[in-house]
Order: sequence, then C-alpha cells, then structure tokens
Amino acid sequence: MPRRTMIEAIRDAMDVSMARDERVIVYGEDVGFFGGVFRVTHGLQAKYGKSRCFDAPINESGIVGSAIGMAAYGLKPCVEIQFADYMYPAYDQLTQEAARLRYRSNGDFTCPIVVRMPTGGGIFGGQTHSQSPEALFTHVSGLKTVVPSNPHDAKGLLIAAIEDPDPVIFLEPKRLYNGPFDGHHDRPVTPWSKHELGEVADGHYTVPLGKAAIRRAGSAVTVLAYGTMVYVAQAAAEETGIDAEIIDLRTLLPLDLDTIVASVKKTGRCVVVHEATLTSGFGAELSALVQENCFYHLEAPVARVTGWDTPYPHAQEWEYFPGPARVGRALIETMGA
Amino acid sequence: MTDAGMLRFHVPEPEVRPGGTPDFSNVPIPKAGSAPRPEIDVDPRTIRDMAFSIIRVLNRDGEAVGPWAGLLTDEELLEGLRNMMTLRSFDARMQMAQRQGKTSFYMQHLGEEAVSCAFRKALAPGDMNFPTYRQAGLLIADGYPMVTMMNQIYSNEADPLKGRQLPIMYSSKEHGFFSISGNLATQYIQAVGWAMASAISNDSKIAAAWIGDGSTAESDFHSALVFASTYKAPVILNVVNNQWAISTFQGIARGGSGTFAARGLGFGIPSLRVDGNDYLAVHAVAKWAAERARQNLGPTLVEYVTYRAGAHSSSDDPSAYRPKAESDAWPLGDPVIRLKNHLIHKGVWSEERHTQAEAEILETVIAAQKEAESHGTLHAGGKPSTRDMFEGLYAEMPPHLRRQRQQAGV
Repeated sequence: MPRRTMIEAIRDAMDVSMARDERVIVYGEDVGFFGGVFRVTHGLQAKYGKSRCFDAPINESGIVGSAIGMAAYGLKPCVEIQFADYMYPAYDQLTQEAARLRYRSNGDFTCPIVVRMPTGGGIFGGQTHSQSPEALFTHVSGLKTVVPSNPHDAKGLLIAAIEDPDPVIFLEPKRLYNGPFDGHHDRPVTPWSKHELGEVADGHYTVPLGKAAIRRAGSAVTVLAYGTMVYVAQAAAEETGIDAEIIDLRTLLPLDLDTIVASVKKTGRCVVVHEATLTSGFGAELSALVQENCFYHLEAPVARVTGWDTPYPHAQEWEYFPGPARVGRALIETMGA
Repeated sequence: MTDAGMLRFHVPEPEVRPGGTPDFSNVPIPKAGSAPRPEIDVDPRTIRDMAFSIIRVLNRDGEAVGPWAGLLTDEELLEGLRNMMTLRSFDARMQMAQRQGKTSFYMQHLGEEAVSCAFRKALAPGDMNFPTYRQAGLLIADGYPMVTMMNQIYSNEADPLKGRQLPIMYSSKEHGFFSISGNLATQYIQAVGWAMASAISNDSKIAAAWIGDGSTAESDFHSALVFASTYKAPVILNVVNNQWAISTFQGIARGGSGTFAARGLGFGIPSLRVDGNDYLAVHAVAKWAAERARQNLGPTLVEYVTYRAGAHSSSDDPSAYRPKAESDAWPLGDPVIRLKNHLIHKGVWSEERHTQAEAEILETVIAAQKEAESHGTLHAGGKPSTRDMFEGLYAEMPPHLRRQRQQAGV
C-alpha cells in the first residue's frame, strides 16, 4: 500500500472527491495556481481547471460566506483557511450562518461545506500561526469538528466530511503534516513513510465521522487526545512505563462517548490532553462527560494537560507546548492519586 | 498649514432632529426621464456619474418618461399596484396583530413597497434572492401564500420553519427567497457565492443580494464587492437606502462617500442610483442589471433611494430621533400613490377602483389571517412541538442531541 504524508493524503482526499463529484470545489488563499502555503492543494487546479480550484482574495469571511452561497446553490465547497488563526473574520459566517442554515430554514436550504484549516503549534509560528480553536467550533450547535492524527485517517475523514450533508470544520495539525511528531522537538521526526498509519490506500474510502480509535490499548489509565497529542501521549506512556489506553478522538463533534466511557470504566482513571488553552477548552467538556458518565468507576480526579492560558508565544514555544514530560507527570500523578 | 494644532473629532449629524422642520434640500432630485439608459455592456468607467444621480421614470404628472420607460404593460402595472397594496395591507394587519400580542415582533415596509415588488418582476424562475428583513414584496409579488407567511409570523403549528425563526424571517427556495438570517450583511457575500456557483455550473440563473444603507458598513458588504468584482459574478448587488438604520441616519454608514452606489466604483462595478419609490424605475433598472448578469457581464450595484416611512420594527419609535413629519416631506413621494396616479393618468385605473381594490385586498388579507390564526398564534392555539426544537439541526441527529431530547422528555 502506498505511503503518503498527511499533506499528500489530504490532497488525495480532495483529488478523489473532485474526480467523483463535479460539485466539489476547492478554493482559498494561495490555493489555486500555487497549491497552498503547505502545498496541500498542489496540482488540483492543473488537473481540474480554474473553475474547480482557484485563488481567493485574502478575506476569510468572504471565503466562507461565498462557500455557504455555493452550498445553497447545490455545490460542495471544500475551502481552506490558511491558518486556523485566520478564521476569526469568518467566525460569524461559520457560527451563525453555516451552522444554522438547515435548522433555521427547516431544511429548505442546507450547507454541505468543509472548512479546512491547519491548527496547532510547534513550527515557531507565534501567536497567529499556532492556535487550536477547536472549542470555539464544538461550542457551536450545527457544526461538526474533525481533527485527524495521521494520513490514513486524514484522507478517509476528509472524504467523509466532503460527503457529509452538513458543515464540517476540518482541523489539520500542521506539526503532523510530515510525520508523527511526539513533542520531542530536539529529535528528528519519523517520516510518515516509516509509520504504519502513513499507509494510505488509493481511491475512495471513508473513515466515519464520530468514531474514535484506540491507538494504544492499556489497563491503567485512559488518555483522551486528538491530533498531535496522540503521539505525545504515546511517548509519555512509553517513557513512564504506565500502561495507558490512548484514545484518538478523531471527531470532537459528534463525539464517540461510548468508546470513552467503556475505556474509563475499565481503567478507572482519565487524563485529558490538548494543545489548546485550558479554561473552557474542549478538555473541560471531556472532563465533565467522564465524571457524569463514569463517576463511580473513577479512582482519581480527571486530569487535564493543556497549553497554558496565554497566547501561544514565539520564543517560549516548547515551554508552552504540553510535551511528553508534562503528560508523563500527569500520568504518574493520576496513577498515584 | 492653516489648521495645525489640536485635532478635532468628526461625527456626522443628520440635517434635522425631532422638533426641527424636515429638510431634504440636500437630496438633489433629477428630473424624471433625464437619466440616459446605457447599453448593458457599457464600460463602467463611462457611467460613473450615474452613481451620483437618480434614475426616475414617473414624473409629477404621473407620466412615464425617458429611456427607462415603457417596459411594462398595463396589466403588469396593475398587478404591481395590487402587489404593493397587498404588502401594505398585510403589513398593517400584522403590525396590529403584533400589538395585540399575537406575535413577538414585526417589521413593515411602509414607503418601500416598490423596491421588492418591482424587483421581483425583473427576475426569472430559478433566480435567487438573498433578502434582508424588508423585502417581503419578493414573496408577495411571486405569489407566495400570505397564509404561509402569517403562519411563520405566528410561529404556529403550520409554520414551515417550525417556530425556530423570528417573525418575518421567511425562507422559500421554491420562490427564490433565501432564508433570512437576522444577522446583517452576511447574506450579501452568500449571494455572490451562489452566483459564482451558477457560473461555475454554466447555469443561466442569477442571484440578487440585498442590504440596507446602514449595513453597507459591515465588512461582509465589502467582501461581497471584492468577490463579485474579481469573479465577475452574475449577481445584482442591491442597496436599499431608506435613510435610517434604526435611529442612525445614513451618513454614519456612508461617511465621506457621496452615495452608497459610489461604493461600487472602486471595484469597477457599474453602479446606478434609482428612485426607489418609482415602481417603473425600479423594475427597469433591475431588468437592466439582470440582463447584464445573464449575459455574463458581471455584477451591477443598484442603490434604491427611498424612505422608511414607518418604524424600524415593532420595537422602535422613530419620533425619538427624527421629525414626525419627515416622511411627508420626503421628496420622492409614496410608491403606491405614484403608481396609482400613473395608472389613472393612463386611463386604466380610477380613485373609485382604487378604493374598491383596497377593500377587496383587505378582505383577502383578513381571510388569510383568519385561516392562519386557526393554526394558532404565538401564545395561543397550535404551536410547533418541543421535539421540533431538537430536530433538523443536522441531517442525522447526533447522539448528544438524542440524549438531550430524551432528557427534555420528548
């Protein structure tokens, strides 16, 4: 089976979708001729023409707003926001328009759009190229939010997102584009070509939205993670020797609560990990759900390891990033509680 | 350097405030018939002055004059009059129903009926409007049932939107009427996206974007103009300048620009101003813009110069911010009376027939209201179910919503 980087896998998902369905349209800033600043859409304009893949003005509200209109017409736009940090001008269009169109018109109009955006830090992007705004989307009724952690899932989830009848936010952990980064920033990253989840089948397949994956089976403690933090958690488990069960949520909304609850009931302990800021982060929702559903099985308080409640700094990137040492400490503390 | 030193902050003010004498001498009104009618493929640079003038067809004597006249038959004009009268009567009844507590909120069109009623007749089946809350004439003029509109206003058991939307936030794909958001300006760029999609699909349908003078200050207005200009989208960019954004006069949104139409000039978009109280002028200009869009000539920006004779909404009292008699002083008159006078002048209408038509229309509206009220009003009778609250958010209800619906006991 061919091995692909996450970039190639995501591109392949769009390629497959565009070939299968001429309603699929791809656009965004630098997305057309050049193929995007991360080269994710490279070659799509040459293959499908300028009507199917084109450059947009630097106007995120315009990109998402026009996509909503296109979806209302009957197309299936898959647009790129260059960095998740740039999505705020489009937030009104996403939260009050895309998310609610089906509901407010009682299905008269629908909004099958996908909004892709690179998320997370680890590339010295500073406070405007590193954010993880997933909780700003999961808090909105009517959106679905997906965060893949590997090329195989990225392709299958993106095809599923494009085929979904409702708006999907597709957050691409940019630190994973080229390999399963585990937070050890001083070590070389294994390329996807050497990782089993870098195996990406040709052609069409989907990974269903709303289904988590258990990345490491374990019995001592459940770790809830997504995106880059899946590999950080794996590193922490190996380095501490704690038999953690690591769940890759893959889709934050709809959430696979059944998989979470079954695991925590088995282990009796839970550590929630994300790169986004702590307060009102998605970890708060996960933590609340675990205590609501597993209270009598819990042996220890649910712990959270997250980015600090500050903007993502530039020079202090690795002090900010919740790396394997911090996650490892949380595992040890949770086991000792 | 004559004015160096302390800087002064500038806040524009309307000419007159309550207690003052209404004064529209700052609104130059060109003679009806004086504006040229360019070819649709005109170079926008050659018609820049049309963004500062006003295209008018009906003169003070009720005659249709000039190159924009003559597009509509007597029957079509009589239908237009009837539609405007229906909208006005509908508004009056629903405004009253709101006062009677039958619904929470209402927004009327008083003085602006020509804009949406005439515009609708310039479109073809399949075209799509992205309206604001003051274009219900698009529905009335397209034969959308009044009962259905009222069911929506009452949020009753027959409300097609299941009680989820504020009154008057209609939606009808079938009638080319995009779901009204209630946010401002968001629909403007969506209309451009819809038009882009039509072009991408090599279709023949066009879109119409709607916005008020105040909301042109929103960034989505500018987003729309960039996208429309860049991709030459087949869209009509309508700006309804009714002088007032709730209590804020149009100068706050317009700033130093002479007119709202002038906003289009920097984008290379042909931009016209039209007498919004002149049914014939509105229709003729809309037809011109629609023709341009359909011929692949791209967007047109049209500013309708009109006046919001009523309150902004049922929650608003204009006497707090503008002179009471201001609407009487509005120099472009009343759209219903002007079309009525034109038809009388043509000999196809009379004061008697007008009075009779008013009574007939009122009877029809009351009959529709009775039927709608048999399905309930906001606080009495049949209403959408609690279950409807949970449904229709996603194509398939996700597990967390199913759990919440169970918790709610439905």
